[in-house]
Amino acid sequence: MSLNMFRSSLRSGLSSSLRTSATVAFSSPRIALARRFLSDDARAKIQSAVKSTPVVLFMKGTPEAPMCGFSRAAVQVLGLHGVPPEKIQTFNVLEDQELRTGIKEFSDWPTIPQLYVDGEFVGGCDILLSMHQSGELEDLLEKKGILPPLSEEARASSTSS
Amino acid sequence: MPISRDHLESAIRSAIPIIHLDIIDQSNGCGENYAVFVVSPAFEGKNTLARHRFINEVLKDQIAQMHAFSQKTLTPKQYEAQQVSEVA
Repeated sequence: MSLNMFRSSLRSGLSSSLRTSATVAFSSPRIALARRFLSDDARAKIQSAVKSTPVVLFMKGTPEAPMCGFSRAAVQVLGLHGVPPEKIQTFNVLEDQELRTGIKEFSDWPTIPQLYVDGEFVGGCDILLSMHQSGELEDLLEKKGILPPLSEEARASSTSS
Repeated sequence: MPISRDHLESAIRSAIPIIHLDIIDQSNGCGENYAVFVVSPAFEGKNTLARHRFINEVLKDQIAQMHAFSQKTLTPKQYEAQQVSEVA
């Protein structure tokens, strides 16, 4: 799925749904309390976006030109781990206001960047950095088959250095 | 309107027992960029994502008004271990 296709389809879906759903009374108390405006349609589009590649990053700017230090840090950490380009997709929320608000609601997470691995929300910049430091990020990327597992030899030398 | 440090502190303290709390205004004065460091026994048995979601919820209204928010959440045990490793 191309980024442009996603953007245009998301925009049309979100803006029309926002107009109609804002006045709908939600039956679920939890949904009503959270003031959820994300329509099923918009939700489905973001759902397919987070699963479009094994690693999906919603960020401000692009990997080449990040527009925020937190997004830059997220890109750099993923780069450090050598995630292959074909396995990662980034979405620039600054180019799409509906996506910017929609993804916060979808993930129930108030800030950008947001990382998804294998369709599952991992966290924002703080979590990504702490997982990087603890080694959990590498484990996760290996477990999901995004990075090839290190040989025993390489693992031993990386822990001893 | 800038968000005050005290406002954040009281919101966090009223939500969970606190062993250690740092609230750092990183905004150079505009009050829209905070980093919080929270040590609480309430984080025991919860993963980082769950802890951050909890703090996000406690400070939901404040975070919505901020430009940037960053957090670190430790259990007392992790906090002790961190202090030991910093000294060593």
